[in-house]
Amino acid sequence: MDAVIWSRLQFAMTAAYHWLFVPLTLGLAMAMAIMETLYVVKKDEYWKKAAQFWMKLFAINFAVGIATGIILEFEFGTNWSNYSWFVGDIFGAPLAIEGILAFFMEATFFAVMFFGWEKVSKRFHLISTWLTGIGASISAFWILVANGWMQNPVGTTFNPDTVRSEMASAEAFFDVISNPVAVSKFFHSVTSGWVTGGVFVVAVSCWYLWRGRNVQFAKKSIFVGGFVGLLGTFAVMLSGDISGVHAAEYQPMKLAAMEGLEDGGRRAPFSIVPGVEIPGMLSILATHDLNGYVPGINDIINGYTDNDGNIIPSVAQKMEMGRTALDALAQYRSLKDTDPAAAAVAREVLDANVQYMGYGYLESPEDVIPPVGIVYWSFRFMVGFGMLIALILVLTLWFNYKGKLPQMKWLLLAAMACIPFVYVCEEAGWIVAEVGRQPWTIQGLLPVNVAISDTSIGEVMTTFFVFLSVFALFLVIEIRIMINAIKKGPSVE
Amino acid sequence: MSYTFLQNYWWCLIALLGGLLVFLMFVQGANVHLINGRLSDLQKRMVANSTGRKWELAFTTLVTFGGAFFASFPLFYSTSFGGAYWVWMLLLLTFVFQAVAYEFLHKKENILGVKGFRIALVANGFLAPFLVGTAVGTFFTGSPFTVNKTAIMDLSSPVISTWDSPWRGLEALAQGHAVLLGLALVGLTVILGALYLIINIDDTETETQMRRTIKITAVPFLVIFLTWLGILLCREGFAVNELGVVSMEKYKYLHNLIQMPEVLVMFLVGVVGVLLGIWKGALTKSRCGIWFGGIGTVLVVMAVFFIAGFNGTSYYPSNTDLQSSLTIVNSSSSRFTLQVMSIVSLLIPFVLAYIVYAWRQMDKKKITEDEIAQSEHKY
Ligand code: HEM
Repeated sequence: MDAVIWSRLQFAMTAAYHWLFVPLTLGLAMAMAIMETLYVVKKDEYWKKAAQFWMKLFAINFAVGIATGIILEFEFGTNWSNYSWFVGDIFGAPLAIEGILAFFMEATFFAVMFFGWEKVSKRFHLISTWLTGIGASISAFWILVANGWMQNPVGTTFNPDTVRSEMASAEAFFDVISNPVAVSKFFHSVTSGWVTGGVFVVAVSCWYLWRGRNVQFAKKSIFVGGFVGLLGTFAVMLSGDISGVHAAEYQPMKLAAMEGLEDGGRRAPFSIVPGVEIPGMLSILATHDLNGYVPGINDIINGYTDNDGNIIPSVAQKMEMGRTALDALAQYRSLKDTDPAAAAVAREVLDANVQYMGYGYLESPEDVIPPVGIVYWSFRFMVGFGMLIALILVLTLWFNYKGKLPQMKWLLLAAMACIPFVYVCEEAGWIVAEVGRQPWTIQGLLPVNVAISDTSIGEVMTTFFVFLSVFALFLVIEIRIMINAIKKGPSVE
Repeated sequence: MSYTFLQNYWWCLIALLGGLLVFLMFVQGANVHLINGRLSDLQKRMVANSTGRKWELAFTTLVTFGGAFFASFPLFYSTSFGGAYWVWMLLLLTFVFQAVAYEFLHKKENILGVKGFRIALVANGFLAPFLVGTAVGTFFTGSPFTVNKTAIMDLSSPVISTWDSPWRGLEALAQGHAVLLGLALVGLTVILGALYLIINIDDTETETQMRRTIKITAVPFLVIFLTWLGILLCREGFAVNELGVVSMEKYKYLHNLIQMPEVLVMFLVGVVGVLLGIWKGALTKSRCGIWFGGIGTVLVVMAVFFIAGFNGTSYYPSNTDLQSSLTIVNSSSSRFTLQVMSIVSLLIPFVLAYIVYAWRQMDKKKITEDEIAQSEHKY
């Protein structure tokens, strides 16, 4: 193992850990805001107490989310120095906007929401509660713009003088923020947060029913939580479908890995589990056309013709062009001050091949294949558990409405089990998105081993284990505090 | 808007964010008072609750400061963060602990105990201003790094910015001049923290303690700060000519102050503000010292950034390879990125106005013992 692997492990660990807290923040914020709205509209103190209870749990979770978010920001610089320079011009802008606009709003709204009950007016407080959630979603948008750009780098050109990707024009910023990949990611991950928040409220409430305590509170909360969760699952399926289409269009290798598709073609089958396939289904899902062509791993390695009739070169050819680009870049840089004419020629060669520059770093065509097994199974876990959760939520809501839920022990158990399920979905989703695009930090432009800092293995290993222990400690404390707060329960029956 | 204008504008914003960050580190400074043995446990709890409602402002400013630096001067980000690895990681760790400390502090399930998380808050209170101050101190002493953009084509060692010291940033602790600024910042934030607690907590005993602490801290703080300043004005600086070539210039920073009189005025007004704040805190009954001290701090820090970056100066110089030194021009983002972000930055005043409005509503009632005893929502 080398420093690249450890840097990746460290980043993956931090991101995965951070994502334990973010979705719950996004979803619980919705549930709380709805409850507080019921309080203000119906003038019913009951809902105030209910909202306050969920807020207490929200606050515990929020703190760790914030604490781990800043680590990611720092790690871009500390462990991915080349990357920071290479993409700073694109990536930095959304990040800075996130800080300037969203974080400040979020932090202040949160403080008003948490401490302001007796200090500000009812209306101002309600608005702050809503805006805490909306602010968190807007933060998510900006960071996903950055992530989306790494998956599908639009709106930029490579500048050989500065050796980085740069915003092609002021208007290109709109290409960056309206990047289809970023938009579908935004909807998919924010609504996945609703699933998580909804499931959390429902599961905790079901625990009260199981124990036969706080029954009124639990029943009422299940309606709100179930609504948020179910809305989330529908939205997640819709946006997930679109994400799949985008993967097919912009990251065909990721799609092939998700499906474990060695050889593609028209009427490509969808694999449910190995050996069980639905003929033609993948073509429909990926291209929304039964006869759509979906390339498999081998097709991508060997080159193919896509649905629009474009001839996609083989990876070996791309590597060739990538090397040409890198050589031309070196030439351009050595000649630009002494021989402008020759430099201009080199620049033309560079521009003609630059879109494959990242391939110039690869050693063999097989380097472009991500770990297929992990991606394949993660995708199945995400979708499978997602559907299971949807089913359980529907049943829970229905029987809660019928008033039979408290007696249905098996359903209460199933609803509680949804908490681990939903976290599996969340983590599996990111594994699909991020492992599925290996070896690239930036699709086609910058492979991971060129994106790093010049840190040593020892240095990165040290921080890795420090973070690992800190994260473990915080997680244990957080869970203990959560469980205790839940046991203590709301101040209403 | 010309490229040069945009670069300068963003350096001004970075300076402003830096100034606000140091001001808002009154949170860190106030937490240092948790080790004051003369405060009772309840009073310490009031301190934690008082800073607990503001810590996110300092934290968010740090995040934004980092984000804005990344966005506007990415070469600094990639060079310094990737290079001075231990310094940034240490700073990060203290902030991470601080961020969870409030939620965990008074929960009995917190494993480390009240004491453990109080220590975390105090550690952050000392280390954050010290590390930030020392890092800014290296703007004038230089750091050991090399920037070679052509390296990215070298498959065996593709990293553009490399650090030339195995200490990965900790070598700055051997730079006496930089360390002085770190220490000065600790003193300053401790004073600002005391000024903040005076205005935010309604408790005479706490107030007396804070005024006493200001008296004790003020003298060493001023001695350290003035020593740092004296050395700064006498030392050689890193000058950049029109072509971007870096060379050493005697009395560079003194020249900068003289050649940019508006910065000199700003600096002096800022210093007077800080002194007024200290005076009001230590020797009068006034509770509004924080405003003088705070605004003064913002002005002084901005002036320091201006001296470091404007008037043909390298703000992040390399002392192992002079020509690798970073300047506002050679480390900035592209013109279009700066332009887009500049438009967005016009929203900053509205964000600030909202924050001020919200906090005025919230701070109308001061923190009292009763509130801590009764409120449901507390730390
Ligand atoms: C049930 C149908 C679902 C489908 C068809 C689906 C589809 C997808 C696809 C294709 C990706 C990869 C996107 C990319 O790499 O660009 C993805 C990512 C992700 N999924 Fe799902 N998903 C589903 C359900 C869920 C559920 C239930 C959750 C969590 C509650 C979830 C959470 C995530 C997350 C967090 C990501 C990573 C962020 C992103 O790339 O959008 N997904 N999903």
